[in-house]
Amino acid sequence: MLVSIYRYNPEVDDAPYMKDYQIDLPVGKDLMVLDVLQLLKETDSSISYRRSCREGVCGSDGMNMNGKNGLACITPVSAAAKDDKLILRPLPGLPVVRDLVVDMGQFYKQYEKIRPYLINESPAPAIERLQSPEEREKLDGLYECILCACCSTACPSFWWNPDKFVGPSGLLQAYRFLIDSRDTATQERLSDLDDPFSVFRCHGIMNCVNVCPKGLNPTKAIGNIRSMLLQRAT
Amino acid sequence: MVTQITSFGRSGLYDWMVQRISAVVLSLYTIFLVGYLALNPDVTYEQWSGLFETTWVRIFSLLTLLSIGVHSWIGLWSISTDYIKATGVRFFFQSVCGLVMFVYVAWGIQVLWGL
Repeated sequence: MLVSIYRYNPEVDDAPYMKDYQIDLPVGKDLMVLDVLQLLKETDSSISYRRSCREGVCGSDGMNMNGKNGLACITPVSAAAKDDKLILRPLPGLPVVRDLVVDMGQFYKQYEKIRPYLINESPAPAIERLQSPEEREKLDGLYECILCACCSTACPSFWWNPDKFVGPSGLLQAYRFLIDSRDTATQERLSDLDDPFSVFRCHGIMNCVNVCPKGLNPTKAIGNIRSMLLQRAT
Repeated sequence: MVTQITSFGRSGLYDWMVQRISAVVLSLYTIFLVGYLALNPDVTYEQWSGLFETTWVRIFSLLTLLSIGVHSWIGLWSISTDYIKATGVRFFFQSVCGLVMFVYVAWGIQVLWGL
């Protein structure tokens, strides 16, 4: 199989380039893309990428495989490769640190902006703030986000305005705290989002839903935020 | 929260709502005009000008004209903030768009009510 990898080492290279590797994969076994990278690293130790848990939980190895963002550790080669060719690039839109490693600073900044923690001014109870099973159920499909950035870096609105548009991942998290029965800062949170960029730069093209390795639906969460803003203002 | 002074309503929610309502108006007007022409394939000048002399058609047309103005303003403003990164060029583009839309609306009113 031919594996084409985006290579860029700013200390040595003037510009990024694609480097081709030929690799014989074991027959009768469908490796994950991350396994292929590890096999290649044995022959070329200069290939750089992030990885940690190798089972789709930590969100470290988000990358662009044959044009689609995903986690290398849970994407089978058979699903990613086309015409026996695997093309690996870093997540689009973020500055490249080296090879497949990107600078996630801008992504985290947007996450920080939505204040991803419970805000509740009432005195904390002795053990915990209780929720009914129904209230807890509302967080399903929201809390599972692992911040791998596959969605936000697949979103053109985030590419053009990464400093102003919160992005699908941040907005999914924003809704997770807006809908949490234990959070009391709902109004302030909504006021922070009511500008032409933070939420409304989403045009609903659903690239985020298409790539999310956890099968989450940021577009739906963004729609719910819009409904909350609309209800409050009409 | 991003403060914007060049967007239509300065609130994301307001712009979003106006964009959708104006889209509905534009769709209804398109259906109305296409429907009228489909039902009257041999329309004469007298019929056509008679149609635009009725008050409700004039009001409907004026509403559509204003909808085109705000709809295109919000849309082009979005496009300019996506793709034009240099502030001076972006402001110039937005100014030109604003001027063109104002001219079209004023001119449209003249055509519509001057018949």
